[in-house]
Formats: sequence, C-alpha cells, structure tokens
Amino acid sequence: MATASPTELAASAPPSQIMEVAMGPQHPSTHGVFRMDVSLDGETVVKLKPVFGYLHRNHEKIAEKCSYLGSIPYTDRLDYICSLTNNWAYAMTVEKLAGLVPPERAEYIRVILSELTRLINHSALAGFLLQDMGALGTPLMYAFREREKILDLFESLTGARMMCNYMRFGGCRCDLPPGWIEQVRRLVSDFPKFLDEFEALLTGNEILQARTEGVGVLPAPLAVNAGVTGPMLRASGVNYDIRKVDQYGVYGRFQFRVPLGERGDVFDRYMIRILEMRESLKILEQALRDIPGGPIMDPKAKLRNLRPKAGEAYGRIEGPKGELGFYLISDGGPNPYRYRVRPPSLINLTVLEDMCLGQTIADVVVILGSIDIVLGEVDR
Amino acid sequence: METLEQLKTRIVAAAPGAQVEIIPNGSPANQPSLLLDRDHARAVAQFLRDDSALAFDYASNATGVDWPEKIIKEKIKVKKTVDGVEKEVEEMCERKTPAYLEAVYHLYSMRLKHGPLIVRLRTENRTDRVSLPSLTPVWRSCEFQEREIFDLYGIVFEGHPDLRRILMWPEFTDFPMRKDYVEADDYEYEPTPHDDILAKAKKHFPAGAPV
Amino acid sequence: MNGAGIIKGMIETARNFAGSYHDEARLTTVQYPEEKLAPVENARTIPFLVYDGAEALPGLRCTACMICEKECPPQCIYIVKDTVKKPDFVGKMQMQPKVFDIDISVCMSCGICVEVCPFDAIKMDQVFELSTGDRFGGLLLNKTQLAKPNDYFNKLHKTEAAEIDLRRVEEKQKAEAAAAAKAAAPAKPPMAPPPAP
Repeated sequence: MATASPTELAASAPPSQIMEVAMGPQHPSTHGVFRMDVSLDGETVVKLKPVFGYLHRNHEKIAEKCSYLGSIPYTDRLDYICSLTNNWAYAMTVEKLAGLVPPERAEYIRVILSELTRLINHSALAGFLLQDMGALGTPLMYAFREREKILDLFESLTGARMMCNYMRFGGCRCDLPPGWIEQVRRLVSDFPKFLDEFEALLTGNEILQARTEGVGVLPAPLAVNAGVTGPMLRASGVNYDIRKVDQYGVYGRFQFRVPLGERGDVFDRYMIRILEMRESLKILEQALRDIPGGPIMDPKAKLRNLRPKAGEAYGRIEGPKGELGFYLISDGGPNPYRYRVRPPSLINLTVLEDMCLGQTIADVVVILGSIDIVLGEVDR
Repeated sequence: METLEQLKTRIVAAAPGAQVEIIPNGSPANQPSLLLDRDHARAVAQFLRDDSALAFDYASNATGVDWPEKIIKEKIKVKKTVDGVEKEVEEMCERKTPAYLEAVYHLYSMRLKHGPLIVRLRTENRTDRVSLPSLTPVWRSCEFQEREIFDLYGIVFEGHPDLRRILMWPEFTDFPMRKDYVEADDYEYEPTPHDDILAKAKKHFPAGAPV
Repeated sequence: MNGAGIIKGMIETARNFAGSYHDEARLTTVQYPEEKLAPVENARTIPFLVYDGAEALPGLRCTACMICEKECPPQCIYIVKDTVKKPDFVGKMQMQPKVFDIDISVCMSCGICVEVCPFDAIKMDQVFELSTGDRFGGLLLNKTQLAKPNDYFNKLHKTEAAEIDLRRVEEKQKAEAAAAAKAAAPAKPPMAPPPAP
C-alpha cells in the first residue's frame, strides 16, 4: 500500500469518520507498557502518536547519586532482555573516561557474552513477533527453549539469569568456571540445528509472508536521518554496523559478514535477525577458539571510590537492538556529574508513525513488533 | 576526519557570522567539542550535514546538561598599597561561573563512517531565557530526544514540530533532571530508611511505621 | 504448491510433539514444586552473614566496617555499630554490629556487598521461597535471621568457601607464629631516663 502524508490521509477522510483508538498501556502486543494513540479511517491508520513514560524510573538521576560501581546493576535493568550488552556499553564508557584498558582475556569474554546475548535477543524477538501475528506461542516456546540453555550458561558464570551485573570497568567480575567453555562450544555446535528447524517452521510459511512482505517499508534516507540503527537500519539496506565501523573491543579480529536487506519491510527485518544469529555463531566459534589465558581485570582499575579526571566521554556498542551509547560527564568526584543513556529503542520509535501510515491496524502490531522495543530502555 | 581547527575555519566560511569555540575535554577519551552560538546553529548544522567531505547525516545522541551557578573561591595576587608601600598581596576572591543549560549533540557519518563530532549549544541562563534552536528539521533523530530535554530540563526548542512532554505526564510542572529539583514529599515509610529518607519519613509518620 | 510452507511448518511441530514423548531434549518442562532444579554454585538471591563456630552472634565475621552499606546501590543495608568489641578468628579485637538489617524487598541481588566486603563476612544465599504475609516486617531480616554457619556456606559455594577456609587457616598460623616469636624474644632492659635540660 502506498504511504501518503498524514495531511493527505487526514484530508481524504471526512472528520466525522475518524475514530481515535488508544492501543493502551495494557495490551498483550505492545511489548511493555506502551501506548499508541491511533486515528483510524475505517481500518486505515491516519495518524499515530506513541506515548510512553509509564516505566520511567529516572535511571539517569539515580546514577548521579550512586558511585560508578553502583550504577552497573541499574544498567542491567535498562534493556532487561540483554543485560550484558548494557553492562559492556557502560563499562566501556567509564574506561574511556578514566583511561583504563581491559586485558585481552576480558575482551574475549566480553565478545562471547555479547554474541550470546545477541542470540537470546533475536530468538526472543522472532518468537514475540510471531506471537503478535497470532501464532499463539508455538514459535515463542521453541525460541525460549534455546534461550533457556543460554540463560543457564549465564547463571553458571555470573550468578543470575537475566540481571547479570558481570562486566566491570577494567575487565570482568570473575573468571570463567571450569567446563564453561566446553558447554558454550556444545551449544554453538547445536544451535544451527535449532535455527534450521526454526526457519523450516517459519520462513516458508505463506501466512507469515503475506502478513509481512511489503508491510511497514522504511526507506533508507529516512532511516539514516531519523537515527535508526541496528537490524532495522540494515534491513533498509544501509551498511552500518558499529562492530565493523568502530571495531571496539577485539571485534577487528573476527571475520563475519553484515547481512543487508533490500526492501526494508517487516519480512526483511525478521530475516536479518535470523541471518545475524548465524553470523553471531561464526563469531562465537572464532572467539572460543582464540580465547587466551591471563588476568581479567586491569590492575589500575579501582572498583570502590573511582574518581576519574574531570571531562566527558561517549562510548557506544552495537547492541542487539541498535546503537546503545552512554555519555558520562565527570567532575572529579566519585559520582558522575551527568549520566546519559542513548536508547536505541526510543530513537527507532521515531519512524513508527511514518511506517504505519496507510497500513491497517492489524499491521501496526506487526510493525511495532519488528522494531523490537523494550520499554525499560525507552523510558529508562 | 579533519581536526577541529580546520573544521572551525570551514564552518565560519560556510555560515558567515557564526561564532564557533572549541571546548577541550579533560578526560583520556579525547573527545573535544564545538560550542556554537544560538543564532547560526541551524545553518551550521545544515552545513555539517550537507557538506560532501563531512556528511554528518546521523545525529546519534542529544543530551541536556544542567550547569548551575558555582561560586569559586580563589587566591589571586592584587597590587595594594599597605602602609604607604605598594606590595603584591594575596586576596581571597570569589568568582561566579555562569549558570546555563546546555544541549550536547553527538554527530556521526554513516556514509563516510567517521565521527564523533560533538556540538554544544548553551542557553543564556537557567531561569527565563532558556530557548535554543531545534535541530530536528536537520536531523529527524533529535525529535524525541529534544522533547526529552524539554521535559526533563526545561529547554524550549524553537522550530520543533511537536514540543510536549514525553516521559512525564502532561500536567507535571517541574523539571526533574535539574540539579535543584526537589522531589515530591509523599513518601511511603520504608523499613530501612537512611539519612534524608529517614528525615522525610519522620516528618510524615512521627510515631514509627504505619499499620 | 500453495500452502507448502505451512505444511512444512506443521511437520516441524509434529516432530516436536511426537519427540517430546521419547526425546529428553524436547521435554523441557520441570514440574515444580515436585521436581526442583539443582541450583548452580554461583547463583545468587539474597545476602547472608557467615559465622564461624557453633554460636551465631559471637562467631559473626562481620566487623561493622560499613563498606557494604555504603556501596549497596539501592541502600537496603542498615548497620549500627556496637560499643563492645569482640575478638576475631586471629585474636585481634574487632568492632561488631549491634543492628544489621537487610530489607530484601529492596535488595536487587546484585552481589556488590559481597564483592566489596574485606572480611568475607557477607555472602550470597540461594533461597528464593521467601514470600510472607507481612509486607514490611516479614521482608526485613535482622542479624539473627541473616546469620548462617560456615558449613552452610561450604555447602552452597564449594570452591569459594574452600579457598577462604584455606586462607584463614594460613593467616591464623601466621598470626600464631608471630605471637610466639614475640613472646620468646628476650625482654629488653628498661631505657635510662633522658638527661634533664
């Protein structure tokens, strides 16, 4: 369906026919407490305004009161599905601010955990997207079965399944327990079978194709200007992956491809995530092969009472949802002066209205599901 | 990417009248920033986006920062006449740093894959003259982030298509992220209160824990 | 053929369904509370205080240094120092807490208190069946409720407890050797008083 500008659409429908629906904060498909004020002409969306702030905990102000160490458990709760990548982004920014350098083994451990996090996030997303489309839970449960194996790995390493609190500025909290690497190797060798099964279940499915092809098209220039990052941007055909651009950590040493989409619709976004899972498995194999021994913390790093010199730093990583950045200003004291989280889910929501105009209301749920938002990150 | 000095000369050439200042950064992160004046900020932003060598087409982050007034006491040497003889005396002098709100933008280039370029805009003061030009017409990604800066700091962005509160509810009146924000006092008594929460709880529940 | 994708998908579902009858990997539900998963060594839920020996309060390792209270991010620990000191495992006199409360409804199980404790006095427990009817008092654990013996700690976190016990035995031996050396040294003669100015 061709997308028209909101004024054209609103002008074509007589005002008495426009119905305003609040797809309200309590909704099974809005991925959290998220509200959309949708104006409908029949079933076609004429205007859509997202409303959020229901989960606003003012994490940025809490961090001004906590020390640099004390903010790390709060970063877990930003994007609560991928807690380890949040930890890494924050730890990297503090390292930039304070001039700390983590040792190599810590960098390899960080890459392994970050790619495992990408696997759990993308499988959860594929499951939830299909559930929003009406496949009431079957793909979701298959995805969660694999997710549980990875969460068990996280528990045996960090102590908690989801709120891991593992990365520290200067390295990692504790070393790998014996036998952990072998468990990850076994998981990495079994995972492609699950992906093949998942794709056999879903990718050829005509209902999925009919509901997602051509729906929610995001043109590339709009995506770049609106600051969209992550799999959504790459599905529109723009080749920008921060792992390749900044090469933070030890990502420069790994061979992996960046999958790109052609049309920028929901089906492309779903396929990009499946392909990214396969690329993550490649990175995991290489990292598990090359991981060195050695210390896991920078000897110069002080956990308690860290007082970086006055200044500021911006650090960013390619999180599973997009570019997750942290901006820290220090004034020389033990607490940060300004602590800002650049949330990928919030910025990706900028284009929700543009993608949904002219589509039916059933497509709004599918498009929202493909953006992959987590309200903990949108609202902080 | 060019150095900031080269960039400054090119910006001043492209947007005449623009006042650009380079702000150094004290930390090892090596990320100095450019301070732009309010009147030419949008023209400079458009130059940064459209210039073929720079191509900053992606505004990654827009942040608000609150810099309240600080009184700095320092000793300076002053020439004074003491007992008829001119001497240099050390005196305690008080200096007030200016108070303003600041908006910081981090710009990257997706086409040329370089960055970051950090751009700052400052308001005149924290009380009544708090408006800044909005960069949303240049980079659409600033739309929600500038709304958040308006919501949490109170900076009014001129030219923003839809400036209203985004995280707090529409009837809320204060600006939570400012340094002088006082939280609402209606606390539920917590069993392990500390310091200021204990003082607030005692004010509301003088006898002890509620039933 | 139209519908081939759907049929392929249904074959996958049928394989999962039939497989759940005989394949371990496909039957993933644990029938809690009749079956329980064994906890992992590193798992953490709420903190507890470790004591050595048979009696809880005299044997507590905690010296009320207040570091865990300061570093706790949600500030759920509340300590009041006692005026009476007690000897620790080496024999040195240390302070002790009179009140040590943890509000487990606020605690977020981050484990930072464990990381920063210099005396191995507070460690992470693995209990999660903690619900109670009393919303305020029932979730506020005091010193006696939090104190658990070192044997319990050894059962939960085997490798860590073994390292700590070894280290404490070595420190105790070193302290005893230093004390014995000091007692065996010949007594010094008293010094002559300094000459008056």
